[in-house]
Amino acid sequence: MNALWNAMMKLYGECGASQAGLSLIGYDPQERIAVVRVGHKAVDMVRASLASITNIAGKPAAVHVLRVSGTIKALRKKAKL
Amino acid sequence: MRRTYTDLHMCADLSNLEKASGLVEKASRLGYGAVAIPLQRSVHVQMQDMQNVCRNFGVDLVTRVDFRPRNPDELLRDLRKYRRSFEIVAVLCDSKPVARQAAKDRRVDLLNFPQIDFRRRFFDLAEAELASQGLACLEIDMRPLLTLEGADRIRLLSSLRREAVTAADFHVPIVVSSGVSEAIHVRKPMELAALSSLFSLPGNLAADAVSTNPSTIIRRNREKLGPEFVAPGIRLVRKGKDC
Repeated sequence: MNALWNAMMKLYGECGASQAGLSLIGYDPQERIAVVRVGHKAVDMVRASLASITNIAGKPAAVHVLRVSGTIKALRKKAKL
Repeated sequence: MRRTYTDLHMCADLSNLEKASGLVEKASRLGYGAVAIPLQRSVHVQMQDMQNVCRNFGVDLVTRVDFRPRNPDELLRDLRKYRRSFEIVAVLCDSKPVARQAAKDRRVDLLNFPQIDFRRRFFDLAEAELASQGLACLEIDMRPLLTLEGADRIRLLSSLRREAVTAADFHVPIVVSSGVSEAIHVRKPMELAALSSLFSLPGNLAADAVSTNPSTIIRRNREKLGPEFVAPGIRLVRKGKDC
């Protein structure tokens, strides 16, 4: 999440980052999948911020968006398909 | 209709087939249906190897050549010699005369400008007007947006925003490509479209820039390079004694 916050602040500043309404719902360290809640108007902003991440804690990394959904239940259902 | 996502500038290192395979495999996994890889002008061996790699991962390989001419005459010579050997022709415009000639020439598909040196980005109103009368599209590589930071990225975004507005005013199609050579820098098509919002490219145009616009160029050129093509709007249907 720190990497995401830093990326958002670099691209959109503190004001822009505050408009996203980000919060971490859950993280599976084995699958390395995280569920993040974000305001629906900020989806593209967060998507761009995630795409701009090139390293995490000094190590090269890439973050991809697997699914976007309105509810967590539908998200988990889609992710299993 | 489902979009086919295409990356028209995947800079695979053709001397290292394993690395190139990794790049294509990642592109396939992230949803790209076709990738264009710049090839050297003596293509044959490279093309066969890359075609095998792309076929294994279910990705359509589009052959591309990048020209970086020093003057307009060199560009014309290269186009005359190599146009029919590649499906995509991109010109890296290092000078204004080359940029103008490339925009005027209907054999050029993509106009690419140096990302780092902002003084040598020549996509102004005159360039856009010439490009609008031809078939050239403005290509924007996303890799610098990932690798640059601070003042450099700010300046680049400022230039890109200006160019996107100019392209939209003159109806010059924009093609968004990754321009990456490492698998870790490959991004999903919708992530590239989201990055395009950083320079104020509207959502629908951004989605077209990674799907419709590249596919249109590929379809047009494959038709022109096909054996049935005679001239724009004219194609050979049948030949023989009793046609």
